[in-house]
Amino acid sequence: MHEMGIAEQLVQIALDAIPEDMENPRVEILNLRIGKLASVVEHSLTFCLEIVTKDTPLEGVRLVIEEVPIVIRCQSCSREWEADTPMFKCPDCSDAKVTLISGREIEISSMELAD
Amino acid sequence: MEINIQKRVLQKNETEADKNRNWFRDQKVFVLNMMSSPGSGKTETLCKTLGKLMPEIRVGVIVGDVCTTNDADRLQVTGAKVTQINTDQFGGDCHLAAHLIEDSARKLGCEDLDLLIVENIGNLVCPAEFDIGEDARAVVLSVTEGEDKPLKYPLMFQVADAAILNKIDLLPYLDFDAPLAVENMKNVHPGMPVFEISAKTEEGFEPWLSWLRTKVKEKLG
Ligand SMILES: Nc1nc2c(ncn2[C@@H]2O[C@H](COP(=O)(O)OP(=O)(O)OP(=O)(O)O)[C@@H](O)[C@H]2O)c(=O)[nH]1
Ligand SMILES: [Mg+2]
Ligand SMILES: [Zn+2]
Repeated sequence: MHEMGIAEQLVQIALDAIPEDMENPRVEILNLRIGKLASVVEHSLTFCLEIVTKDTPLEGVRLVIEEVPIVIRCQSCSREWEADTPMFKCPDCSDAKVTLISGREIEISSMELAD
Repeated sequence: MEINIQKRVLQKNETEADKNRNWFRDQKVFVLNMMSSPGSGKTETLCKTLGKLMPEIRVGVIVGDVCTTNDADRLQVTGAKVTQINTDQFGGDCHLAAHLIEDSARKLGCEDLDLLIVENIGNLVCPAEFDIGEDARAVVLSVTEGEDKPLKYPLMFQVADAAILNKIDLLPYLDFDAPLAVENMKNVHPGMPVFEISAKTEEGFEPWLSWLRTKVKEKLG
C-alpha cells in the first residue's frame, strides 16, 4: 500500500507551503488532481492521512479530488482521444504506439487554510 | 485563505530517480526493472536469463522482497553479483523506491557491470508508480493468473517496455486463453513486444534474450 508514502509526502509539501509568519495555522482542505490511471485508492489515502496528520496543522484535513481523464495520442496519426476503458489502441492505426497525455497525475494543486 | 501549490506528490522520488539515472549513465550500465504479481516467475526467468547472457554480458541483480533472502540465494547460484533489499526494515513497503536502489546499487558496485536487473517486489500496483531511474521496464504475467490482468492493472502494462507471458508449459492443463491475454496487453500498450516463454523448459527464450541484448548494446554503444 503506497498510499501511506503518498500521504506522508502530501503532509510534507503542505507543511512547507504554510507561510512562516502564520500563527497556529490550520489546513482545512487539500485540493488534489488524480489521474484515472493512477493507482491511488481514495479511501486508503484518506485513512493514511488521518494517521499521519495527527498533531499537525493538517489534523482533520479534507481531501477534494479532481479526477483527471485519460487522454491518449496516437504517435502515427496524431489523433487524440479520451479513454474510458483500458483500451488504448488507435481505432485507425491498430498497433501504432501511443502517448499518454494525461491520466497518471498525482498532484496537489492548492490548500485552504482556516482564517 | 487559499494557497496555490501545483506540485507532483511523488516529486521527491522522481528527483532521486533522475539522480540514479545520471549515475547509471556514468557507470555505463543498463538498468532493467522487472515487475509482476507474486509468484509469476521473475526469479525463475532471471535465473535462466542470466545463465544465457553471462559471461558475454556482465550482470548484477538487486532483488527486493518484503522478507527472506530466498530469491537472492537462487540468483547467486548463476554467478551474478546479487544484493537483496528487504523492505520489512522500511515498514514492509510494497515497492522499491529510488533511494533504496541508490543505496543497493552503490553497495553492489556497477563499474564492472553491463546490465543491472532489479527484481521488484511482487505487486502489480505500486511499483508502476515509482521510477527508480531504470532504462526499461519488463512486466511478467503467468498463465495461471487470468487473461484480464492487463485490463485490471492497466498502468503497469502501459508503463512497461516489454511483457513476458510465462509458464506456457502449463497451457495444456489450463483453460487460459493465451491469445486473449496477449491481445489485452496490446490493447493497453499498443506496439509493446510480448514474449511467450516457459522459465521452466526455456521454451521461447530467444526473442526475449535478443530484445534484452539489443537494449543493452544500444545504451553501451
Ligand atoms: N511450470 C512452471 N513453473 C514456473 C515457471 N516459472 C516459475 N515457475 C514456478 O513458479 C513459482 C514462483 O516462481 P518465482 O520465480 O519464485 O516467482 P517470482 O515472481 O520471483 O515470485 P516473488 O519474488 O515471490 O514475487 C516457483 O515455484 C517456480 O518454480 C514456468 O515457466 N513453468
Ligand atoms: Mg522472486
Ligand atoms: Zn492513429
